Amino acid sequence: MVDNTVAIAISMADVRAMLPELFLLAAAFTILMADLFIAQAQRSVTHWLAIASLLLTGALVWRASGDDSLARSAFGGMYIADQVAAVCKLFILGSTLLAYVYARPHLKPRGLFQGEFYTLTLFAVIGMMLLVSAGNLLSAYLGLEMLALCSYALVALNRDSPLSSEAAMKYFVLGALASGLLLYGMSMVYGATGSLDLGGIRAMSSSNLLHPDLLVFGLVFIVVGIAFKFGAAPFHAWVPDVYQGSPTGVTLFVASAPKVAAFGMAYRLLDNGFGTPALWPNWAAMLSVLAVLSLVIGNVVAIAQTNLKRMLAYSTVSHVGFLLLGIIGGGADGFAASLFYATTYSITVVAAFGLIVLLSRAGFEAEEIDDFRGLNQRSPFHAFLMLVVMASFAGVPLFVGFLAKLQVLKAVIRADALWLAIVGGLCAVVGAFYYLRVIKVMYFDKPVADAPVLGATDAGFRLVLSGNVLALIALGIFGGPLLTWCMRAVAAS
Amino acid sequence: MQATLLTIALAPLVGAIIAGFFRNQVGRRGAHIVTIAGVAVSCLLSMHVFKLIAFDGLPTYNENVYTWFEAGGYSAHVGFLVDRLTAMMMVVVTFVSLMVHVYTIGYMAEDPGYQRFFSYIALFTFSMLMLVMSNNFLQLFFGWEAVGLVSYLLIGFWFKKPSAIFANLKAFLVNRVGDFGFLLGIAAVLMYFGTLDYATVFANRLAIDGKTIELVAGHAWAVPTVICILLFIGAMGKSAQVPLHVWLPDSMEGPTPISALIHAATMVTAGIFMVARMSPLFEMSETALATVAVIGATTAFFTGLIGLVQNDIKRVVAYSTLSQLGYMTVALGVSAYSAAVFHLMTHAFFKALLFLGAGSVIMAMHHEQDMRYMGGLRKYLPVTYWTAVIGTLALVGTPLFSGFYSKDAIIVAAQSAAHHGGAAFAYAYYAVLFGVFVTALYSFRLLYLTFHGKERFVVDAQHGDAHHDDHGDDHGHHEPGHLAHAPHESPLVVTIPLVLLAIPSVAIAWFFVQPMLIGDFFAGSIFVDIRHAPLAHFAKEFHGVVAFALHGLSTLPFWLAFAGFALATYLYLFNPAMPGRIYAALRPLARVLENKYGFDDLYQALFARGSVLLGRGLWRGGDVAVIDGAIVNGSAAVVERAASIMRWMQSGYLYHYAFAMILGLIALLGAFVWIE
Amino acid sequence: MITLGHYLVLGAILFCVSVAGIFINRKNVIILLMALELMLLAVNMNFVAFSAFLGDAAGQIFVFFILTVAAAESAIGLAILVLLFRNRATINVEELDTMKG
Repeated sequence: MVDNTVAIAISMADVRAMLPELFLLAAAFTILMADLFIAQAQRSVTHWLAIASLLLTGALVWRASGDDSLARSAFGGMYIADQVAAVCKLFILGSTLLAYVYARPHLKPRGLFQGEFYTLTLFAVIGMMLLVSAGNLLSAYLGLEMLALCSYALVALNRDSPLSSEAAMKYFVLGALASGLLLYGMSMVYGATGSLDLGGIRAMSSSNLLHPDLLVFGLVFIVVGIAFKFGAAPFHAWVPDVYQGSPTGVTLFVASAPKVAAFGMAYRLLDNGFGTPALWPNWAAMLSVLAVLSLVIGNVVAIAQTNLKRMLAYSTVSHVGFLLLGIIGGGADGFAASLFYATTYSITVVAAFGLIVLLSRAGFEAEEIDDFRGLNQRSPFHAFLMLVVMASFAGVPLFVGFLAKLQVLKAVIRADALWLAIVGGLCAVVGAFYYLRVIKVMYFDKPVADAPVLGATDAGFRLVLSGNVLALIALGIFGGPLLTWCMRAVAAS
Repeated sequence: MQATLLTIALAPLVGAIIAGFFRNQVGRRGAHIVTIAGVAVSCLLSMHVFKLIAFDGLPTYNENVYTWFEAGGYSAHVGFLVDRLTAMMMVVVTFVSLMVHVYTIGYMAEDPGYQRFFSYIALFTFSMLMLVMSNNFLQLFFGWEAVGLVSYLLIGFWFKKPSAIFANLKAFLVNRVGDFGFLLGIAAVLMYFGTLDYATVFANRLAIDGKTIELVAGHAWAVPTVICILLFIGAMGKSAQVPLHVWLPDSMEGPTPISALIHAATMVTAGIFMVARMSPLFEMSETALATVAVIGATTAFFTGLIGLVQNDIKRVVAYSTLSQLGYMTVALGVSAYSAAVFHLMTHAFFKALLFLGAGSVIMAMHHEQDMRYMGGLRKYLPVTYWTAVIGTLALVGTPLFSGFYSKDAIIVAAQSAAHHGGAAFAYAYYAVLFGVFVTALYSFRLLYLTFHGKERFVVDAQHGDAHHDDHGDDHGHHEPGHLAHAPHESPLVVTIPLVLLAIPSVAIAWFFVQPMLIGDFFAGSIFVDIRHAPLAHFAKEFHGVVAFALHGLSTLPFWLAFAGFALATYLYLFNPAMPGRIYAALRPLARVLENKYGFDDLYQALFARGSVLLGRGLWRGGDVAVIDGAIVNGSAAVVERAASIMRWMQSGYLYHYAFAMILGLIALLGAFVWIE
Repeated sequence: MITLGHYLVLGAILFCVSVAGIFINRKNVIILLMALELMLLAVNMNFVAFSAFLGDAAGQIFVFFILTVAAAESAIGLAILVLLFRNRATINVEELDTMKG
């Protein structure tokens, strides 16, 4: 029988371990209150406050990750502060920061530049941080819901847009369905193992269970919940509609940081919770099916898209397929490869949407691929930036996307799933095609007669965007340290 | 040494960056000065390195320059392996590139994308150097992809031409197929050796000898065979071997200097170079070698035949390139790697020469490429004519010209392989033997149609200067065969490279045939198993350059070439009406050749259309013209029906989305809970 | 005698009813929201049953959290519903198909 005394006492050590989240929470509440007293003309204050709190939280995470005196687990195992969590959090904070910078010029002319955007995203970030640090099914669920509820509201941010509200409704219903499925799975796992603690579940599942089938039954539901959060086929249907329907400023956020958080969730549940040699083949096989479906559906359907945001959505589905390959590979190498994939993907995708923002202006969205026609003639540098992003997505060597794909393929080959690597490789080939189309449109097509000039963005925006894109090349060439970091993080956790 | 090698590789890159990113600041003149300076530096240093390695006995250089990443016991490096093979490739690449750079000043003089063009070709030079100088598979693959990328950019350089865009995409897709095989091959190497470093892999090559792998249940394959064939698929894509050859003729849509540099002299030979570099692996698998020989032989003979019915001057040279690449591949297949590499070198010079000559003709004809509207150009373009004659003589293998030695070595090697080996090698031997006849026939046909005979164009005085060389645009809206003014010889920047390339086309073999084919020039770079002695027979027959040329006069290949020459002379010089009659008489055969054996149509129907339909089927209401609407046509009922089912998945209806999720859940439950 | 099995079957039935309600219902978004609530109740039923069976309080604590989150979720769901009605003047599920493909 399980020890059912619950440790209530909260020590100072627990609080210190959780300091980054607590700080961000306080900051979010402060911004929520302060924003009420800020006039619309001074809304930038909120913007800078939010950025400052992200930076400070990042600094706290960074400091805590190097401080060996801190507890690695707090609140009776509810909260885990290991290296994987630290890497995930830093990239969640970083890509959110980029999203803030890129979103502002898009939100401003559309009347969406309001405090809600910042408070909702900050709460979502707290949710993600909790999710990647979850040591218990309960804290995983709470983190997930905190992220999800904020995301639903964010998608509906543009209250006058029929598309936005339709997307929000779809996202909400499907998201609630997915979390229902996840919870149902959690209840089964709880019933089978008698524990909500991930470490406890892992320990119990390697002992002789009364109903091992019940555990696998619950595991299926949990895998579905994870797959939904990633947007893996066939649980991907919300992705294109949400990407297209939300204001680009929100898509920026929804598309980037939550992918890292989803990885964190998968790592917690699948590795910390179900990472036993007996269960690994089960979830690896389930994820294999989902990965293949994602790769095929994502890539094939993306070919036929004309809307760039929608194309990127399907491309996300295919990238999730790749990301899953690493997780399927399992072990420290596999998870490290996926972590690398998730983190680099988050900064790549945020740059892609940033470029869409760059081209959009009041009353014009620059969402269609055709809006990029002849960009090279209008602005060679920005065409080059888009080229880099697309090449990185396609996995062209020298760009970080290649390094990431290489790692996950290696992981899956090591797990003796050569066929999956072949499917992945083939899909990368097909995928290259639609990315190439964007490049073709930019470089080889004539701009339409009334081609818009670039939108009104400030120098800071352009500087950050250029730095972001150039980082994709830099990481492609000098990606070794980040990769080593991911490896060490997973190995140490 | 490291500094020298880095300078060689990076000098063109610096030029490319300056010309590309600061195109407005440096201007047209600045763009060609920086890129030519970069390539010239690298050419001179390459020659210096070649001298050090080949003549001064400097040992092979093999060092890692930079560690890309280290992960999980595997580390990826950027490094250089410079032995005689590499040094030779470096000289060929940089020299031809330099010539093409200079030539481009004249050829692209009026093009609006002048700086961009220089930036691309300098970038290409950098990528190609990284490819040949690499000391590991990963960097090789990087260079491989990079040259491919630049090649696509350049094929589509005149992006206003729809045909150029189409050719561009075709090259991309076909090469992807090859690259995929190549990548799998590299993955297999990594899997079995745990490293991608050439030296380590070659040193441990015996570790995989005798190992087998079951790709299809129940059929065991030898690991060396699988690895070699996968790598060779990569070579087939890049070096345009049947059936992945379809992109090369279409790549002629790019500007002519590119056809000379990338699609004749250097990039397409990357596959040949790669196989030669991998000779220690290929030597372990007779099956792989036989496959290589058969593919090469098929390419050598059958694509040469297509060259006979082409009327576009560049396409004739393109098919000739395909055929010559086939020769090199045959040489690889019969283990005569040094003969392949030697032919690669001589071919680089004379084929670049022929292409640049063709470009000079095209310039003189105001971008008319159809040989039916040429003729008699000899008197207008004396320098072009004489250099083209030299190129042609070298190509057909006239004794004393460099092409003679390299081609004869391949034929002799194929002959001795046929003698010892099985049917595959016999096939290869006859294909390369009769290929000689075909080569002579199409080469002289080109020469006669272009430079001899009656002038088949009219100079229209009243047209004035209306048509200036605005390349892509005005193609086709003037009548064929009408020129604004009389053709004239090209400027010095064009003719000087022609002359400079003509010299090695004649003479390069005099100096290198002895050491490269008979001596041990490539010892240490190329490994030939002792069971194979492909060039022993050649060595026996060879007694000096001139003696061998005299000996050549009495051999079958020479007389076959002569027969081709004689036939072409009769048909196109003395009896110009005859080809038309032959054409009419052999109509079905000609049709087959004009359709290029149906490869293009087959691929179009099978892959291009198939995948597009699939994509459209999955997407509801799709009327987007994928690939520019060029290949979208018709929709089969089957696909429609499949589509109507698939539409469900993204119908926009919430309940369908939810239903898909539940189905997914039930499928997973069924598979993992109830069945197990 | 009512055993753990009975509770689990009841939970499963509630769960299936709610899932069916989500994809069979093609008219009214409000019914969707009700189905989602029902699904959470099914889960709660499971948790409580297991908790009692295992003699472990953690499961019941989880239920409190689920109830809280469910309340927040309905609040957001209804807010989105209001938005939707304002923009589209309909809450018919069948008419929410502007974005597809």
